[in-house]
Amino acid sequence: MANVLELHGITKRFPGVLANDHIDIILKEGDILALLGENGAGKTTLMNILYGLYKPDEGKILVRGQEVEIHGPNDAIARGIGMVHQHFMLIPVMTVTENVMLGVEPTRNGIFLDRARVAARIRDISQQYGLEVDPDSYIKDLPVGIQQRVEIIKVLYREADILILDEPTAVLTPQEVEGLFKILQTLIEKGKSIIFITHKLKEVMAVADQITVLRGGRVAGTVKPKDVNPEKLASLMVGRDVNLIVTKQPAQPMNTVLEVRDLYVRDERGNLTVNGLSLDVRKGETLGIAGVQGNGQTELVYALTGLLPLVGGTIRIADKPVHHSAPRNILERGVAHIPEDRQKHGLVLSFPIHDNLILCTYYQPPFARGINLQEQIIFKNAETLVGQFDVRTPNIYVPAASLSGGNQQKVIVAREFSRPIELLIASQPTRGLDVGSIEYIHNRIIEKRDEGAGILLVSSELDEILALSDRIAVMYHGQIMDIISAEDATKEYLGLLMAGIKPAEAAAPTRGNRKQKKVERVF
Amino acid sequence: MNTATHEIETIAFRRTRSTYGLVLLGFGLFIFLVFGLNTPAGVFTTFGTNLAGSQAITISDLVVPSQATIFAMAAIAAFFGAFQLARGIRSTGWLAGVIAITFIVSFLTWAAADKSFNLTGMLSSSLVRATPIALAALCGVISERSAVINIGIEGIMLLSAQVAVVTATVIGNSYLGLVCAILFGGLVAAFHAWLVIRFKVDQVVSGVAINIVGAGVTAFISSRFLAANINGLNNAAVFPTISIPLLSQIPILGPVLFENNIIVFLTILLVLALHILLFYTPWGLRTRAVGEHPKAADTLGVNVFFVRYVNVILGGMIAGLGGAYFTIGSVGRFDEMMTAGKGFIGLAAMIFGKWNPLGAYTSSMIFGFADSLQVKLQILRTPIPSEFLLMAPYLITMLVLTGVIGRAIPPAADGQPYEKQ
Repeated sequence: MANVLELHGITKRFPGVLANDHIDIILKEGDILALLGENGAGKTTLMNILYGLYKPDEGKILVRGQEVEIHGPNDAIARGIGMVHQHFMLIPVMTVTENVMLGVEPTRNGIFLDRARVAARIRDISQQYGLEVDPDSYIKDLPVGIQQRVEIIKVLYREADILILDEPTAVLTPQEVEGLFKILQTLIEKGKSIIFITHKLKEVMAVADQITVLRGGRVAGTVKPKDVNPEKLASLMVGRDVNLIVTKQPAQPMNTVLEVRDLYVRDERGNLTVNGLSLDVRKGETLGIAGVQGNGQTELVYALTGLLPLVGGTIRIADKPVHHSAPRNILERGVAHIPEDRQKHGLVLSFPIHDNLILCTYYQPPFARGINLQEQIIFKNAETLVGQFDVRTPNIYVPAASLSGGNQQKVIVAREFSRPIELLIASQPTRGLDVGSIEYIHNRIIEKRDEGAGILLVSSELDEILALSDRIAVMYHGQIMDIISAEDATKEYLGLLMAGIKPAEAAAPTRGNRKQKKVERVF
Repeated sequence: MNTATHEIETIAFRRTRSTYGLVLLGFGLFIFLVFGLNTPAGVFTTFGTNLAGSQAITISDLVVPSQATIFAMAAIAAFFGAFQLARGIRSTGWLAGVIAITFIVSFLTWAAADKSFNLTGMLSSSLVRATPIALAALCGVISERSAVINIGIEGIMLLSAQVAVVTATVIGNSYLGLVCAILFGGLVAAFHAWLVIRFKVDQVVSGVAINIVGAGVTAFISSRFLAANINGLNNAAVFPTISIPLLSQIPILGPVLFENNIIVFLTILLVLALHILLFYTPWGLRTRAVGEHPKAADTLGVNVFFVRYVNVILGGMIAGLGGAYFTIGSVGRFDEMMTAGKGFIGLAAMIFGKWNPLGAYTSSMIFGFADSLQVKLQILRTPIPSEFLLMAPYLITMLVLTGVIGRAIPPAADGQPYEKQ
């Protein structure tokens, strides 16, 4: 088969970083090429170069054997390259038709938008590729899976034959992922070629014809799925052998530490995003909250930690009502919080590490005496914690902003775990982290559980939920669909719940079908 | 669980329902007590329907019994209030409309009891007074739809007003003065665009700077040069009134809509043109896309910066037209600070009109109506200080901003500079 796309020696430097170092990639016609790598391996930079958003410092790009220069999205589109971005580039207040036609609008009389013509083309494309969507609906009313179809239709409308999909599965339920893979197969049958960017090993094994692994801005290897196994791919990705298995003892649940009843919370825009939710977390167990992003998980955590007021319901922590308490009072109850957005809510980025480590306790002895902060004690505390939690930093005086994502998260974990805690609320604790840091943080969370803390884990990574939880609650449209024991959980069942299908219809897995207590780690 | 959601939403709805019902009942009572009981029985209110000097066919004036009319208005408000409490009308716009109409009608009937009040004249002056507000609002709409806030409309209008009268006087042709004012407005807006797009200067700071510079420069030129040579620099011909044949003969409507000067007509055309531009053309689609999600537009090959420059400059030209209205469109000379905050009121009209040209024009009319009503009331010598009436539109704007009456949502990227990676 002919090579539709070749990249030779692509190099891109950012101030202080070599994001891409002489990368060579070949995409054959009708193939799915998976570009695998951890966050920061240079995948997205490479694709932005291909799409004309960045200019490479060195190297050349060949489309169908012809050397081309791509200066912007328009050039890329003209060469038949289309991109489905990780964060959808859709305008919520506009219709599907308007989103698709934007940038290449056909007109009537040279003046007026010809919406009807575009809508007809969209229906054609929908039919041809099995991408069902109503051209007249507004993006904001569509579920994420359908929004992704609109993104793909946008690319097909521009008659691209090379499709780049950047982390397309990050926001989908397992069933939607299945649907996406079927769509990819149809696209290939119709003669398209695809680059599929991901950091998830299983997906790569399932769909790719070729796998190119990136590590630290370089190509670490190009392999075929049939020649490798997940362990081999993981070690190519990370550069060392990794333990893909989380081992934990069965939970020893004790008395209830968190009791939530009929909780209603509105988000900042006034939508009722937590909608009559009740749950319990006992000491010594992990309750995992699964669900597609944006189903009220964020607001639930905000409400539990006092960051958002409640519309209705009660929250009790260690038998005391806290639903009108300030965040500080809640923290003083023995609650630790690993926030979803570590840079916005977890750290003061411009503060040095030693100050970030006392954000919850600075006003208490030994860090404060009267109105004075005790600098020497704060420094000593920082030195101890940095050592204990393996934060890789030149010293404790550098600002938190200068650390990598994984080390920033370790600073937060160090701060939260260094005081006595009864309840840990961890929201997306490993999002965007490298494999090594994920391993570390997972083990620390399990350690806290074994010490007798109650853990509420919110994650949109189903594998992470399955690996760490003792019980799993699935959240959909602000409500708990069902809570099941992790031993009984299957991905299929959880996936159906995540898509909003009621437990009765989803047919719960049979009880007692005990699986091994070992679950593969998230990638 | 779904029933629970339903219940919460129902409770919230029931609460607004009863609030509106009670407010309407309260208004009915207020109208009855304050206007009704203070109007002597057997007195008539005359609403004039003919405008002196207009070409419209003369019709008889509208004469109504004062007290009976007011009682009727009180009854209507109370009826809607009771209906709302019992059944619930979902449209808050409707309810606000009932409040406004019953209140205004009874207020006017009371104020002009035993006197005559020229209705057509007031509507006509409302439209005229709405014009500069509408132009300022349209400038805001076109600019903010592409996500650039222009708070310097007041300054642009003031500068253009001066440019218009000086060029018109020196050249001796008001139409050329108008062109100069439009171009100058575009130039000032281009400077604003350059600062906020190229250098990412805070949009509000840049706008405020334009206002301060505009006030200072025009005051300086006015006192230093214009005052010394009024006839040579500050005395231009005002645009003549254009009567559209036939249409201007329709009673009431004719003198209000079809006997105006060129700027009023241009404004009405601009409203329609901008509405079509924004919602039915490729340029409008791109403008709205850039205002909502500039990155999405960028990835589809839309030049975000270009779209913003063009829209801000276009907005500046519209504000320039608005500036010309103050001098060559009405009095023919420049006075210091003569725009009197109309640029800011225009921004309020833009918000009240939910960033739509048609909405902005409608709200400008409301502001224009309040403005001209206030002038009439001074003539009628009502016991209520006219300043209170002048406040009403701004109170309404604040209510809109807080979301009590229909929420106004700005373009999502409004005010944010676009950073190409």
